[in-house]
Parts: sequence; C-alpha cells; structure tokens
Amino acid sequence: MGAEHAPVTGRVQVLDQDGMARTIARMAAEIRERDGDQIMLVGIHTRGVPLAERIAGILEAEAGHPIQVGRLDISLYRDDVGPWRSAQSQPVLKDTMLPESIDGEIIYLVDDVLFTGRTVRAALDTLVDYGRPRAVRLVVLIDRGHRELPIAADIVGKTVPTARSEDVQVHFREIDGDDGIWIGKETTHAG
Amino acid sequence: MPVEAADTLAAKDLVGIARLTPGEIQLILDTAEEFLEIARRPIKKVPTLRGRTVVNLFMEPSTRTRFSFEVAEKRLSADTLNFSASGSSVSKGETLIDTARNLMAMAPDFIVMRHPDSGAPHRLAALVPASIINGGDGINEHPTQALLDAFTMRKHLGHLDGLKVVIAGDIRHSRVARSNAFLLTKMGAEVRFAAPASLMPVAVDAIGVTPFYRLEPALEDADVVMMLRIQRERQGNMNFPSVREYFDFFGLTPERLKAAAPHALVMHPGPINRGVEIDSRVADGRRSVILEQVTNGVAIRMAVLYLLAGGHGE
Repeated sequence: MGAEHAPVTGRVQVLDQDGMARTIARMAAEIRERDGDQIMLVGIHTRGVPLAERIAGILEAEAGHPIQVGRLDISLYRDDVGPWRSAQSQPVLKDTMLPESIDGEIIYLVDDVLFTGRTVRAALDTLVDYGRPRAVRLVVLIDRGHRELPIAADIVGKTVPTARSEDVQVHFREIDGDDGIWIGKETTHAG
Repeated sequence: MPVEAADTLAAKDLVGIARLTPGEIQLILDTAEEFLEIARRPIKKVPTLRGRTVVNLFMEPSTRTRFSFEVAEKRLSADTLNFSASGSSVSKGETLIDTARNLMAMAPDFIVMRHPDSGAPHRLAALVPASIINGGDGINEHPTQALLDAFTMRKHLGHLDGLKVVIAGDIRHSRVARSNAFLLTKMGAEVRFAAPASLMPVAVDAIGVTPFYRLEPALEDADVVMMLRIQRERQGNMNFPSVREYFDFFGLTPERLKAAAPHALVMHPGPINRGVEIDSRVADGRRSVILEQVTNGVAIRMAVLYLLAGGHGE
C-alpha cells in the first residue's frame, strides 16, 4: 500500500458487508493468537462499541464462555472542548460501562477508525482512572494515517491511505442500518 | 411525550429556570445522568475543567449547596476559590459591583453565587464575562435545586410530564418552590402549592400552579410530595400561631401521606426540621429520597458546569 494517495471524488467503497465480516473475523483470530480468550474488550463510543461486541461474539463462540465487554465515553478527557478550544458546543455525553474491576486485566481498546490518535490518548487517560490493567492493546478496523501523537495500533483490520481532507465513513448495521466502509468527501461521520 | 434535548445552552449563565427552554432543561438532565457514574469510580475525578477557575461567592449562609458545588467543581478538576462575605456591613448595591470588579481581577471562568437579594446574579451576569451560576438569590430562584429535584423525580418515576407534584410549606419565602414551579410546568407536570394563606404568594395561578390552603386535598393522588422548611430567617414575625399548630395542619405524617399515590416520593431540599414540616417516620421512611437528592445535586452541578464551559449560542 503506497503512502501517496490522490483524493477521491465522490464516494469509494473500501469494504462491503462480506469484506467487513471477514476482516473482523481475522482481527478476532489475531487477538486470540496473541492473548488467548482471557481478555476484556472495551469499545470507544460510538462505533467502537458495536465493533467490540462483534469481536466478542466471535471469541465467545470459540471459547465457549462469555468475554467481558465494556464501553467508554471519552468526552470528558478530550483536548478540544470548551470555548477556548475548537469545539463549539460540548459533546453529548454517552455512558461508560466497564466491568467491575479492570485491575490486572488485558484490555483491548476497540475503535472503528484510527486517525490523529487523540481519541486513543483520551481513552487511555479515561481507562487509568478506573484501575491498573496488566496491558492495554489497541484494535482498529481502519488505520487511515495522519497521526498527531506517538500512537500505533496492535491489530489493524485494514490500512487505508487517505488525504487529510477526506472522510472515512464506517457503517455498522447496529447504528447505521447497514455494514460497509467508504472514503468520500461527505462529512456524515468523521473518524 | 418526551422533550427533545437542545444541543447546547444558549446563555453564558444559569441565573434561573425562567430563562431556560424545555430542551435546555432536558439537556441538563440527560447530561447529569452520565455524571452520576463518576461518583462510583475509584478515581472520582475527570480532567474536563483543568485550569479553569471557579469562584464560590456565598453572601448568605449555606452548607449543602456550597459543598455540593465544591464537590462538583473538584470532580471536574477546576480550581476553586471560596469567597464568603458578611453582606451586612456594607451597602449592598456597592458591594456587588465592587465585589465583581475585584473578582474579575482574578479572571475566574465561573462565579457560583448565592445572594440575599433577588436578582443579584442577573445583575452580576450583565457586568462580568464569567459564567454566573445562581446558587440561590433572595426569594427568587434556586435553579440547580429545581434541576436536581426534577432529576430525582425522573429517575424514580421515569418522566416529568403528567406528574402531580405537591410543594408544601413556606412557599412565599421559597426560591426552591419558584424554580420548581417554573421547571415542572415547563416540562408538563401539574404543580400544586399547599400552604396557609399567610405563606402563599399571590397570583400563583398566573404561573400555572394550583393553590391549596389545606394539605390533605393537595395530596390526593400526588406522585411527588415536596416539603419545604419554614424560613424563620426570612420572616419578621411568625405567619402562624405556633410551630405545634403548623405541624398539626401542614406537617407531613404517615397518615396524611396515605392520600398520595402508593408510589409517591417524599422530597425535601433540606435542612429538614423534624416535627415542624415533616414527621421523622416520613423523613426516614421508605418513600423518602431526601438523601438521594443530595447525591444527585452533585451530578446536576457537574452537568451545568460542563455545559456552560462549552461554546454559547451566538
């Protein structure tokens, strides 16, 4: 995959429903290979949540026991909120639901798109306020580049070179009604 | 029908419920829901207001409200300054303006203010760029109390519209009653004031409230019974013959409470006066959510600080 990429015009599909399912299955297999099934998955709102649940579903079917899944809202840890920052209104808060204790656990932080890395930084800060995991690893469906912080994913579904101005749209049927990933100029969902 | 939450608060200040839209009220209540969770974490602190300064300007005694704001501010990582003034020695108009000038020299981002004069926060809000949060002004409003009361009702009963809410006691001197009446009527609840005529404000029907001069008929099928303290400090002379007689007619006893709906909540903004407006068996009873109101108050105040810290409508 080359680093250079000309901006697309209109909307180009990166993965369809089947491609997305295969990619998620491979990501689950990589997690199992690396740490077995004694792990915890934590999805970052909004689309990290259904992704974490799908990975957990695959791991559970293999393991034969439930995998703990949590969800994290990073709004209170963001670095771009408030009148003195770029965001004009405060992000709407969503729920944070973590298992009873995360101390000593191996946590897979799950998000749909890895872009600047700022969301992950905020998520790490949020996590450590809940306890001291043994290890935190990062799983993303799409790595689109343009990092602004020294952050890298442990498990990547697909690396997609993008122009900064482009928009990566990830759809999950749980939220959007259909599955699929597109690159486009529209700004319906910024990764 | 549920009210749709607004995206943001339009004003830079929270001076009263009267100026809020139903959508803004909904936004504050929904936001507080997520802040409740922070109290259950091992580290009860988030970095959201790091580097922001809050001045707590309390020109009137307060323990509960001041502590509640302080806890909320600290859990959001704001720096807090506590300013208590004995307003009696100086002329009040001058004090407020001079105080504002002095405070602004410290460049606070928020001023949480309690003042014995109605309208003082509104005046300060017009003078300074900081966000003013009214922590109670005279007999006018106490918006965060009404918000935490509504939050508590919604948590237990699931909704606000259509609820029958009785507010009983010293209505005339109560900013809590006023703020609650504004909020609950905006959100579609039915508000009943119950008080002796000497403690009932005039023209309450103008704000959509039904007055009752005896407690029993007001309690009929009520979903919420909110008792208020007799504010002796705001009364030159007593508006009723004796505390004993007041309790006989307006005290909330287990017998009287039977007239309310079986699921009715008993609320009180505190401090409670046992045996004056409320029987101990009710205050400590199974329907009482009085201590839960205190817990919810912190979440509401965090939500207000968080939302005001964002951008404001143009």
